[in-house]
Parts: sequence; C-alpha cells; structure tokens
Amino acid sequence: MSEKLHIVVCIKQVPDSREIRIDPKNNTLIRQGVPSIVNFYDLHGLEEALRIKDEQGARITVVTMGPPPAEKSLKECVSLGADDAVLVTDRGFAGADTLATSYVLGKTIEKVAETFGKVDIVFCGKQTLDGDTGQVGPGIACRLDLEQLTYVSKVRAVDKDSGKITVERHLEDGIEVVQTSMPVLVTALKELNKVRRAPLPGMLRAARFKPVVWTTADFPELDRKQIGLKGSPTIVARTWVPEIRKINTTRVEGESEQEIAQKIVETLWQTDLPERFGWKS
Amino acid sequence: MSEETKEPKVAVEDEMPDWSAYRGVLIVVEQRDGAAKKVSWQLLGQGKKLADKLEVPLMALVIGHNVAHLAQEAGYYGADQVYLCDAEELKDYRTRPYSRVCLKFIHEYKPEIVLFGATATGRDLAGAIATHLPTGLTADTTELDVELPPSRLLLASRPAFSEKMLATILCKQYRPQMATARAGVFQELPRDESRKVEAVRIEFSMSEDEIATKVLEFITETSSINLEEAEIIVAGGRGLGGSEAFKMLKDLADALGGVVGASRAAVDAGWIKHEHQVGQTGYTVRPKLYFAIGISGAVQHTVGMANSELIVAINRDAEAPIFNFAQYGIVGDLFKIVPAITEQVKQKRSFAGIAVGSNS
Repeated sequence: MSEKLHIVVCIKQVPDSREIRIDPKNNTLIRQGVPSIVNFYDLHGLEEALRIKDEQGARITVVTMGPPPAEKSLKECVSLGADDAVLVTDRGFAGADTLATSYVLGKTIEKVAETFGKVDIVFCGKQTLDGDTGQVGPGIACRLDLEQLTYVSKVRAVDKDSGKITVERHLEDGIEVVQTSMPVLVTALKELNKVRRAPLPGMLRAARFKPVVWTTADFPELDRKQIGLKGSPTIVARTWVPEIRKINTTRVEGESEQEIAQKIVETLWQTDLPERFGWKS
Repeated sequence: MSEETKEPKVAVEDEMPDWSAYRGVLIVVEQRDGAAKKVSWQLLGQGKKLADKLEVPLMALVIGHNVAHLAQEAGYYGADQVYLCDAEELKDYRTRPYSRVCLKFIHEYKPEIVLFGATATGRDLAGAIATHLPTGLTADTTELDVELPPSRLLLASRPAFSEKMLATILCKQYRPQMATARAGVFQELPRDESRKVEAVRIEFSMSEDEIATKVLEFITETSSINLEEAEIIVAGGRGLGGSEAFKMLKDLADALGGVVGASRAAVDAGWIKHEHQVGQTGYTVRPKLYFAIGISGAVQHTVGMANSELIVAINRDAEAPIFNFAQYGIVGDLFKIVPAITEQVKQKRSFAGIAVGSNS
C-alpha cells in the first residue's frame, strides 16, 4: 500500500477588487472598508485537491504568505476540508514581488514537506485578483524543480502508483491534453470545477483551528537578500489614473426609447459604416 | 549574522550596476504547428521602436520544429538578427525544453530586454525563465517604452492596483529586463520581403527522456467568435444583471453583423464565457463600431477598447466614466433601448435590402 498523496494548495488573501474605488479628488485608491476574500482561482485549486481527496484519499496542506489577518482565509480553507494550514508571516516578507514571493513560498513548501511529508502536487490559482500576473505558480515550480502545468481546466487522472498526472490545459486556441510526472505544480482556472460550500463539521473544525505560523525565525537558512522588498527586482516607479481622452460625447436623447433608437440608428447610417459593412449597397 | 550587517550597504538604490555587457532587444516568437501568433509580430513592431531608441539590434528567437520559415518571417517583420532553434523535441511547447533554450540564449547573447506575448504559453515560459535567471518580470504590459541611454531602462506599464490605475514598472538591479505584453495592443510593421535576414542556428541539447511532460493531444477550439478581428462589437457589462440579457445583445450584434463582447465583471459573474472578454485579462480590440452597454468604463475595460473607431455607450448612470470614451452616449434603461435599436437596425436593413432589389 502506497502512502496517501500529499497536496499543497497555495492561497492568497486579497482585497475584493470589485469593491475598490478611486478617490476622484487625489486619484488614490480607497482601500478602507474593502473586504478581504480568498483569491477565487486558489479556491478552485483547493476544490480540485478536495476532489482528489474524496476519490482516492489525500492529505491537504494549505499555505499562504501574508499578514496575520490572512489566518481568516486559511480557516475558510480548513472549513472546506483542508487538513493543515500554514501561515508564513513576517514584516521582512512585505513588499515582495513575484520573484521574492516564489522564493518564500518555495522555502515554505520545502518546510511543509519536511514537517508533514513529501509533496506530490502543488495547486495555485492561475493568477491573483490583485497582482494579476500569473507568475508565482511558475516561479514556485522553478524554485522546487517541479514539472509545471499552468492554465489547467480539467484534471483527467492522478495515478499515485505510476506517479503520473494527466490534465487538460485551456489555451487561447484550444485544449491541450498533457501528461507529466509528479511532483507537479498545477495552476487552476475557474473552469476546473465548481467550488463546494463548507459543510457544518468543517465549519466547526475551522472555528477552533489554529494554523501553524512560521516567521523568518523558522527559516534559519533563508537568504535575507531574496525576500521582501529587497528581494524584489521590479519596482513600481509611478502609478496614475490614465488621462481620459476627452471626447465630445453627443448625448442622444428623446421622448421614448423608440425615438432614441431611431436617432442613434440614423446617426450610424450617416457614417460610412453601412457602406463598409454592406448594410446597404 | 553580524556578517550581514557589516556588508556594504546595498548601494544607493538608484545606482545601477554595470550592465554594458547586455545589449539588444529580444522577442521570443510564439508559434503552434508552424503558425506564429500575431502578438509576436506586434512585439517585433514595438521592439523595433525600443531598439532604435537604444541604438541596438532587434533580435528574434524562433523555437519549434520545422519552423525555419518563421525565422524568415521574423526578418520580414523587422528583426535585425534572427535565431532559430529547431528540433523534433521542440514540436510542442513544453516548459522545460523551451525554457532551457531561452536561458542558454540569454546567457550567451545577453539581451537587455526580453519580451514575450502575454499568452498562456508566453506567461508560462517567461515565469519560469525569470525565476531561473533570476530577474524581474512585468506581466501583461500595455505600454512599453525605454529611457534613453545612459539609463536604458525599460518602462513597462500595465493596469494595476485592482486595475483601476496604470503602473510603470522598472527593473533596475537585474538584467535582462523582462515583460510579457498583451496581444492586440502594439502594431506590427508592414511585412517587408526585402528584409532578408540569415537565421543563426541554435543547438538543442536535450533528449526526449529528459523531458517528463508529454503532450498527448491538442484539440483546436475554433472559437465561434473572433473578438480581436471583429469589426463590430456589442459588449455588455455588470448593468446587464445576468446571462439572459446577453441574448438581447446577441440580437443586436446579429442585426449589425457583429459579435458579442463583455466586461470582466460580466465574465466573472459567469454570465458569459471568457472568450468574449474585452480589456485587461481579456482581448484588446479596435473595431470600427463598439457598443458599450451597461459597462461603467473601468480602466481594465477601457484599455482594451478605447481605440475603437466609433463608440456608443448606453448606461443608466449619466456619470459613468464610459461616456468619456464614447462619441455617442445614451443615458437610460438598456433593457428598453437595446431591443428598440435592434428593431430599428432590422427595419433599416430590410428596407435597404428591398431598395437594392428594386435597383438592380
């Protein structure tokens, strides 16, 4: 009998971007009162891990790097069915770009493997809602020398005995069916699955659950030059709200919707569009 | 640990190391089955501008199997130097062999800037390479420029901070400077067959059994829509309130002979498939006619459609930023206005059709 699969799911607690507004007075972001959520692509990664667990048994460890309040997101994952959760938190990690983040998460997953057992699969979301880069997944795979399968829309088979995993990757021009060897890093698309709701026992377990917390002190070998702001090659030089090219908008108004529709269609018909598109020829 | 504190302070942040060994702008050309992705030629177009400013050659790296013709094409589209790595093992994109080729190339030829299309493959590859090198990588840029020498910095700009703003990102302390860039934003140069560039062959030294990943099958998806090439787009956003309303947009699009687009909000809500998404993380489009219906006009959307020739916005909120982009604005109830417009268009077209019939 082989050991159970060990799956690590990387998550990030992010501000719900839909709720962020720009202060029109000084063009800055209004972050206050913006709720935090688990990056939803990550939840699809967790769901897939849970499905594998349901089918063939697996141990799931969720990890996140973030400030202490990120514990809330880990608890959410535990309520859904994760077995263990690790919060990596330290002021020294702050300001990390994707390179520094993949360094710390790589080290974290190595430590997870030492602590909880050898890792077979790492799931990440395809990207985060706030960073939107999709670079941390490949970064972690590179750090840990894992095979990498990005933009996965379906996991076809995970065979513990042969050590093979077969997935579908959803690309711009089609679906690629790929097989590779574990250990592997998989980044999840929304199409991968439908995220379950937390069952009551999970919620009860999560309420009492305390994640493992690691700080820089728990990583004596960590290269301080590779973490946080210092370990981040990319620098945000400038941010701005793009100049809106002022257009003289013609308001199309009328007594009724029919009148408005008539006016706008008349306007369109006075351009060269009808000719170009053969609306009349 | 005290060693560390005694270290010379990481020089003044702004002082840059000597990077004079790194010169040139490299575009990594993406292809499938011998057909190049358009974004690669678009990047050669933009890369040319950067290379000219820096007074360095524009390089193209073509990787694949039986792709010598693409090396030639890269010359036609503006590359001054073309490199070709052609091997059977490189037929399908796979992260390990492709990143091995790129890394070897970067170590040997030392370009100062490396650009990839921000496609699934481009992001997969760039993410692996940047970590290996290591260097900074900016994702999904929509503006690319350089500071003139001596700084020679790549100014890589992209929507950021929850996509409500744009950010310019620099990589001062590492080389090369890397970025992925989105399709449809940059303009390719006119194809010039007189630009004949002899491709330099790059050796490939990996055997199939060193590569764990096998591509078993590729199922081409002939997407029912082609947003990037569509000339008329009828796009809907959060204001539609659900997937039902997209049928109404489809009717208008059909009447006009166009396709349906969507904002991220509508796609994220699951009302319509991602293949319809316009804007950051979707497609960048420049159609002749763009209807923005129930779309507020967040930066993340407008970066993808602001270059449309004629924009008509329909929104309940008279203050919606989308009106700043639209030549024609209609404030009102889209659920009533859109069907009314569809009706008008149908009438117009059928009359036009009759007129044509009687004239000929």
